Amino acid sequence: MEGISKSFHGIHANKEISLSVGSGEILGLLGENGAGKTTLMNILYGLYQPDAGQIKINGNPVRITNPMESILYGIGMVHQHFMLIQNHSVIENIALGYKDTPFFFPKIKIKEKVASFSRQFNFTIDLNKKIWQLSAGEQQRVEIIKALLNGADLLILDEPTSVLTPKEIEELITILRQMKADGHSVIFISHKLDEIMNICDRVVVLQKGSIVGRADTGQTDKKTLARMMVGRDVVFTISREKLAKGRQVLRADQIHVTGDMGLPAVKGVSFDLYENEIFGIAGVAGNGQRELAEAITGIRRVDSGKITINGKDITNLSPRHIYDHGVSHVPEERIRFGIAPGLFLYDNAILKQHHLKKFSRRYFLKYSQVKNHTQGIVDDFKVLTHSIENQIRNLSGGNIQKLILGREISEQPNLLVASHPTYGLDVGATEFLRQHLLKLRKQGSAVLLFSEDLEEIFELCDRIAVIFAGEFMGIFDSDDERLCEIGLMMAGSRRIPRCIQ
Amino acid sequence: MIRLSYTDRYQITRLRALMTNIFSLAAGLFVISIIFLIAGVNPLFAISEIFQGSFGSMYGFKETITKAIPLILIGAGLTLAFRAKFWNIGAEGQLLMGAIFSTWTGLAFGNTLPSFAIIPLMFAAGFLGGALWGIIPAILKIKYAINEVISTLMLNYICAHILTMLIVGPWKGASRFGFPGTDNLPDAATLSVIPGSRIHYITLMLALACAAILALAIYKTRFGYEARVVGENPDAGKYAGINFFKTTLVLMAISGGLAGLAGVGEVAGIHHYLGYPTSVSSGYGFTAIIVAWLAKLNPLYAVISGIFFAGILVGGDAIQISLGLPAATVEIVNGTLLIFLIMGEYFLHNKITVTFSRA
Repeated sequence: MEGISKSFHGIHANKEISLSVGSGEILGLLGENGAGKTTLMNILYGLYQPDAGQIKINGNPVRITNPMESILYGIGMVHQHFMLIQNHSVIENIALGYKDTPFFFPKIKIKEKVASFSRQFNFTIDLNKKIWQLSAGEQQRVEIIKALLNGADLLILDEPTSVLTPKEIEELITILRQMKADGHSVIFISHKLDEIMNICDRVVVLQKGSIVGRADTGQTDKKTLARMMVGRDVVFTISREKLAKGRQVLRADQIHVTGDMGLPAVKGVSFDLYENEIFGIAGVAGNGQRELAEAITGIRRVDSGKITINGKDITNLSPRHIYDHGVSHVPEERIRFGIAPGLFLYDNAILKQHHLKKFSRRYFLKYSQVKNHTQGIVDDFKVLTHSIENQIRNLSGGNIQKLILGREISEQPNLLVASHPTYGLDVGATEFLRQHLLKLRKQGSAVLLFSEDLEEIFELCDRIAVIFAGEFMGIFDSDDERLCEIGLMMAGSRRIPRCIQ
Repeated sequence: MIRLSYTDRYQITRLRALMTNIFSLAAGLFVISIIFLIAGVNPLFAISEIFQGSFGSMYGFKETITKAIPLILIGAGLTLAFRAKFWNIGAEGQLLMGAIFSTWTGLAFGNTLPSFAIIPLMFAAGFLGGALWGIIPAILKIKYAINEVISTLMLNYICAHILTMLIVGPWKGASRFGFPGTDNLPDAATLSVIPGSRIHYITLMLALACAAILALAIYKTRFGYEARVVGENPDAGKYAGINFFKTTLVLMAISGGLAGLAGVGEVAGIHHYLGYPTSVSSGYGFTAIIVAWLAKLNPLYAVISGIFFAGILVGGDAIQISLGLPAATVEIVNGTLLIFLIMGEYFLHNKITVTFSRA
């Protein structure tokens, strides 16, 4: 790519960017949220047209006007937010993007293809499941299969590991190395320094749409890259001061919840949570975390069991009543649940608070207060937008997330239920968010943190539960030495009952 | 080789929205011109006749305002439903149900109550009738996931047949000499008009007030906010604790209720009795869909677009007589304009670039 520029309504998303990838090479693309990584790759994939510059493949200038063409040029892309049809099965989704799908009985041919591919790379996937029944990690596998089946020479992965479990990341890396050995090229978009260092041969750092640094991973270190990306030094370890537990905030007693597939997703989970405490739930995606979070916040029915907040029974109350008890929620699927895409930023900034006295008087909304509040969130959380009177769909994924987080934690909740809150955030925003969670803790809130990022769990949590197949494999204080077996517990092969309860 | 590519348009200014509408209408009129040509009529003459007939004379203009009344009422109500992405195609039926309810009220109490009591009562009954007919598809959609486009459309026919059944059966008036239709409403139960016209001004004022109140409701109130969130993303609405059932019920009650008010105006202001469905309404419930769309789902703009389409209805009648074109001509004009307005929407949200290159 040479001299690529692209701007959206006056803001440069990409500015004279030139980069190249050779065969058998993995190139890392590093940058903060809104640095223009995704835009650049969307141009390469034919979703956007550049304002200036050109793309060359094997030395020949090409114009890529749509994804079908880029697939023919051997470019495959796995997006950060998956481009799958939720109500269709895995095989139907694969058939949809496959260039050689036969007109009649497409499933037979594709089944064979996928089967041989799965054997080669050790993937297991149930082809007949519907997409909405899959965990985020499984959905990503479908996307990768789609791209590789089309014979992609160059695979673009946009934040691929943010939804994967440590084990799945290992598998992904194995596949990427295999591809590299076969002479494929990979562009790996990430803001996780460890992965970039681990996986990539070279790295290009983007900041505000321009390239601010290039390096061979062999000749640089994390600190240097972080400084390039953020433009300043980043603190890597957060110190968590000791705080005494306060009063009990949340008590969950023998919770049973049914999942989307009609099967039990949470099976008899019990725990309690106190003021000044962060309680982490670690586990591989799809082991009941989402269902548990939704049950606590009222989006999903509790089949049996009891949930209390500050001693009051909130089991199966409506989401608004539970919110009024001081429970905030950062949902796992933020784009699906967290925003109304066509409405303005300030409409979205009060999505759960619009009924509060602060923002409404009788039947009317106080839009001047709403706008002030929104501007506050935008400033505090550094949401990149030219105006709060902007449809939120125009923002990048990371910026949407910052706005949602700002909305949920600006109210000083009694309990914050945060599902993967730093997923998709860059280093700077992650640091800011973790500090903010600790601040909430210090101010007396209880935080229930669902995360797959063990580093995050260990850094923030006072107590940690490990969830597997809808059950807790154990609850530990964060300095419990038995936690060294957390990997085994996450895989369900070790259970340490009644540790500290 | 010519290539077309498109990109999302981010900032949409009011001017651009207005210009897009104007260009869409112009393009629609162009296609309509071709149809006129095929019919052997000079299109320029025909189109100028349409607007001469509706806006060019005092008589025509008064008729235009008369027909704008139901269009504004229904169109404003539809903007609310469409904002919440509830595709209410059943305003015609809701109008008729309003007409049925208010006729019954007028006939039952018109001889005993004074005008200032019976008229509000009839409007209330009409609103209630339209609202009831509007919430049926809302319940069907939320409780049983039945597509509202189909249920609202079908309820139109059911209501039309209920009405027909009433006027040929139990409600057939003694003064009709055996023809279908109710007796005339008592004088106290009819709406007075501006002298020399058929403009029932009470309904007109009601329509303008409703449009203003709805605009306030959509943009300034919690209810309007909730309706917009539900329309944009039902999952987010659920997460935000918005009661989906209640919100949809209320907005369909309002949307249907306003159509019901239009039915009251037609019966009490124009016809003074309940006749066949086609004579009560002449398709206002469908034309109002275009009114709402041209108004960009803003109830205040529905006033302007309501008058515009009323003009086309009146002008259509005029060219039927002066040029001898069939009655369906107006429907062709309306339908074509709607298609072009919807196509315009695409060009408003996407920027199309044409590039020429040697392949």
